[in-house]
Amino acid sequence: MADNNNTYNSENFKNNLIKLYESNRKYFSSDSSEKTQKLRDKAFKSFKEYGFPNKKDESWRFSKLDQLFRDDYEFDFEPKLKKFDVNKIFTCDVYDLDTYCVTLINGWFAYKNSPLSVLKDGTIIGSLSKALEIYPEIVEKSIGSTAKIDQPGFVSLNTTFMQDGLFIYVPDNIEVEKPVQIISIVDSKNPIFIQPRNLIIVGKNSKLSLIHCDHSLSHNISFTNTVSEIILNENSYIDHYKVQNKGRNSSLITSIFFKQKSDSKIINNAITLNGGFTKNQIDLQIEGENCSSNLNGLYIMDKNQHVDNQVLVKHNKSNSYSNQLYKGIVNDQASAVFSGKVYVEKDSQNTKAFQNNKNILLTDEATINTQPFLEIYADDVKCSHGATVGQLDSEAMFYLRSRGLCEQTSKQLLMYAFTNEIINEISIEPLKNNIASLVEKRLKGELSICDQCILNCDSSEPKFIQNILD
Amino acid sequence: MLSIKNLKVSVEGKPILNGLNLEVAEGEVHAIMGPNGSGKSTFASVIAGRDYFDIKEGEVKYLGKNLLEMSPEMRSKEGIFLGFQYPVEIPGVSMTNFMRAALNEKREHLGLKQLSGAEFIKIMEEKQELVNIQSKLTNRSVNEGFSGGEKKKNEIFQMALLEPKLSVLDETDSGLDIDALKIVANGVNYLKRKDNATILITHYQRLLDYIIPDFVHVLYDGKIVKSGGKELALELEEKGYEWIKEITNKE
Repeated sequence: MADNNNTYNSENFKNNLIKLYESNRKYFSSDSSEKTQKLRDKAFKSFKEYGFPNKKDESWRFSKLDQLFRDDYEFDFEPKLKKFDVNKIFTCDVYDLDTYCVTLINGWFAYKNSPLSVLKDGTIIGSLSKALEIYPEIVEKSIGSTAKIDQPGFVSLNTTFMQDGLFIYVPDNIEVEKPVQIISIVDSKNPIFIQPRNLIIVGKNSKLSLIHCDHSLSHNISFTNTVSEIILNENSYIDHYKVQNKGRNSSLITSIFFKQKSDSKIINNAITLNGGFTKNQIDLQIEGENCSSNLNGLYIMDKNQHVDNQVLVKHNKSNSYSNQLYKGIVNDQASAVFSGKVYVEKDSQNTKAFQNNKNILLTDEATINTQPFLEIYADDVKCSHGATVGQLDSEAMFYLRSRGLCEQTSKQLLMYAFTNEIINEISIEPLKNNIASLVEKRLKGELSICDQCILNCDSSEPKFIQNILD
Repeated sequence: MLSIKNLKVSVEGKPILNGLNLEVAEGEVHAIMGPNGSGKSTFASVIAGRDYFDIKEGEVKYLGKNLLEMSPEMRSKEGIFLGFQYPVEIPGVSMTNFMRAALNEKREHLGLKQLSGAEFIKIMEEKQELVNIQSKLTNRSVNEGFSGGEKKKNEIFQMALLEPKLSVLDETDSGLDIDALKIVANGVNYLKRKDNATILITHYQRLLDYIIPDFVHVLYDGKIVKSGGKELALELEEKGYEWIKEITNKE
């Protein structure tokens, strides 16, 4: 196997996946309606044609994929277990955070009672595959409506193999009382490749808070390729958090596609504290006027970790506002990439679009590649972009030390202060406090990979779900 | 308390201090005056422990210890305080947390027990009153968005909290209107004790109307070229720095 990895490349992997799909068609056709099968066929065709991105592809230039391709990944085309009580393996460590908590295990929706629940207010939460069976008209209308499959990459792959994931439907005029928390767990003895597909629809004048935690229960090798489609109807609001604390052997590619209709509002926070290879892609299409979006990101990387945040905001209509703010601290030999693009269409007048990426490099070996882009075709706009890469401010360091704080404490205080701008934007108070304390621990070196996280699972001994059920 | 002998310091190869001598004893207030570029701020920074200077020659003894070997934080814990000419803005670090950490570091060094949040707040309120600094400033990030006067008052507030043995106040009067100047001067006077000392670094005589120095030194070209009592400051005000330059260059 070791030898294999040297010569195994994206072409081999692609061919392997094509064979895999063709020889397992029965699983996918049973999980599809006529319309979703068409989408799947289209995605498969696209994947066969374009395959994986290569080095020439601008958006993947700084993230080396070859090392992630293996011929020994396991694929589960059927869930290993359907009924599952998440509380058996861990409790959420976010104090006072009262959420509606659901779980994906290796990409499959896991549940205690029912795969699909309808809350009192009419909100539907549950398994995407079950939703397609029960509410085909809702699912079919939206799935694949925002995710781009006509280009190289992981979205067509996910769409080809999609079977299950999280489905949320908030009807019109509903403010969902509690935040929904989705915990996506990867747990396998062998290397595993999983592809969750999530679909979230927020109705007119409705409001949803969604916390998405990605987590590994062990240090084993895994590759997660998630696609989420989030559709915001008129005057709706989503507060979306993406928190990652994964093992160093885990690779995670998340593609989130937002579609915004008029007067809708997005707050998105991508917080990456640990992970072997992490790529967060956001594609935001503003399809209405008077929309606003704040896309924030924070990454703290050390050792050989790699994180790549890629954001595209496309202003297709006038009078909307978007703001990207990504901040990162990169230590040891870790590397980070930020590539943010704002695209303003020809007639999208009075657009306000801003973009900023600020980084602190703590060592000479740490790297950051930052690429802010603006592409503007309208003439009445207010746009700006900026990127900074620096060390800790030596003036501030001296000021703190001159008051008696030691060098280490001063450094931590400044790094923590640097992250505050993002943390302060978190509007769910218990989550904010918890993330603040996680970041603080992380900066003090008390939180190493998978050591402790929002889920408070004890990872000193790998826990396999199968073992617990046995 | 402080004994400086033949201190020679350069920055990026350029000599700034050229054999400075100074003796400061407990209970004394010294003023160091001088024209721009004479080395006043470098002197203050060297005492506090900034590291971008090359110490070429000389020694600095503080309470019998070699000051130049001590880290900035150790100097602070041993009782040295620098009032910055340009206090640094540090967004995201709250003034209260910062000062509580600083005070607790010092207390640990002195073998005193750590202050709880409530105990600290009580002390902070007392000191705030002393320097007439409003609580809205301590609730904010360190110096962030403070006006020039607020920043300087904040320095005196920190000095009041840390109760230093030796304070070096670098141009604390610059950019202050007369009311702020009085507040700052009152703070310094109030904190004066028999067992501590203050070095005021200033360009103008104005501050010395409010804080009466025991000694006035004139720094020129990296050396103290003239020392005297408080009347020297008045003479300087009258005759200007050209007078000093003339008599120094003649020698």
